[in-house]
Amino acid sequence: MTTEAVATAADLDIVACHCCGQVCQHAAGDICCVRCGTHLHRRKRDSLSRTWALLLAAMILYVPANLLPIMRTGSLFSSQDNTILSGVVELWRNGSWDLAVIVFVASILVPLLKFAALLVLLISVQMGKDWRTLGRARLFRLIENIGYWSMLDVFVVTLLVALVHFQKLSRVDPGPGVVYFAVVVVLTMLASMAFDPRLIWDTAAVARKHADD
Amino acid sequence: MDTSVANLVICEHCDAVHRRHELARGEVARCVRCQALLYRCPWLDVNSMFALALAAAVMFFIANTWPIVSLGLNGIHRSATLWGAIFAVASDGAGLVAVLVALMLFFFPLLQVILFGWILGFLRLHRRPPGFVPIMRILTAIGPWSMVEVFLLGTLVAVVKAGSIFDIILQPGIWAFAALTVLLTLVASFDLRRMWVLQRERCA
Repeated sequence: MTTEAVATAADLDIVACHCCGQVCQHAAGDICCVRCGTHLHRRKRDSLSRTWALLLAAMILYVPANLLPIMRTGSLFSSQDNTILSGVVELWRNGSWDLAVIVFVASILVPLLKFAALLVLLISVQMGKDWRTLGRARLFRLIENIGYWSMLDVFVVTLLVALVHFQKLSRVDPGPGVVYFAVVVVLTMLASMAFDPRLIWDTAAVARKHADD
Repeated sequence: MDTSVANLVICEHCDAVHRRHELARGEVARCVRCQALLYRCPWLDVNSMFALALAAAVMFFIANTWPIVSLGLNGIHRSATLWGAIFAVASDGAGLVAVLVALMLFFFPLLQVILFGWILGFLRLHRRPPGFVPIMRILTAIGPWSMVEVFLLGTLVAVVKAGSIFDIILQPGIWAFAALTVLLTLVASFDLRRMWVLQRERCA
């Protein structure tokens, strides 16, 4: 493996400032970046427990986010509750299959992918596996980069609430589901920010060392 | 100052240590171990970036003062601005959503435009930007939470959804948002780490 030859900052007793990137000597104890004064640490603090907490909270709130209506459309004679899934189905039936696919990916696939990916990352790191390190590193970068597109449905509801407001004739009101859904997206973003991808490589290196002994 | 340390770059994603190389325009440096982006040399210099930030500021103003779309039903028309939408959601009992939308679509993009403009404006005159360190901290923190591009797609979805029942008239705001998305993406793609290097080189 080519990865054997790589020197890590932890080996060399140096650390990069997470604010400005400045490389600093890291002896024991508390130190601050020589350039910007940010408090330095080698790894994100309590990364695993913070990620678990945020991820579990997001997964619990994901249930009401999908079951409760995200908006209520009403006209003179009837009113109808829309969930995230029914919104996708409605787009599909009206012939906008392309937008239906986009909303399905952003609102349903991306959050589920994020849950699954973070679970895989957390569990594999905690079990100390030397398993597909590059693949897991890529998986983490993927969910970090696409996660915020899940806010799509929240913005759709916001705009429709403002636009469809014709007194009693026709109106759209936000449902409780949209609040839960917005919180879920924020929590999953915070969870992926709390996860420290360096742990993937740390634990893999330890596992390899054990295998060699 | 230890010069041997100053020439090193540490991968944020896997902690691998690299020696810094000069890059040509448009080139990127990736980590040898995990292939994460280490640093890049942008296509545009400080003056062009400053021009983009100014253009983004103008577009931001238009995008937030003009309505985005109008709906028509039996001759009654109703149009919405971004702030109109935020207030509508807040008054209908989803206050938390209103706060999040206001932050992600108004305050964070606004801060990005102003703070990038401020820093680049001073750097192009070879002067140290006042408040440089706290501003860089703010820019690093708000980057992932600025979501104008998601809103643009959201507008498209909302228009298609409403279009099956109502008459739709696109207003200037939506074009301004489209332009702002492009400009803000270009401005925000500027490597923040590079700003520290520029700041040292230009204001020595």
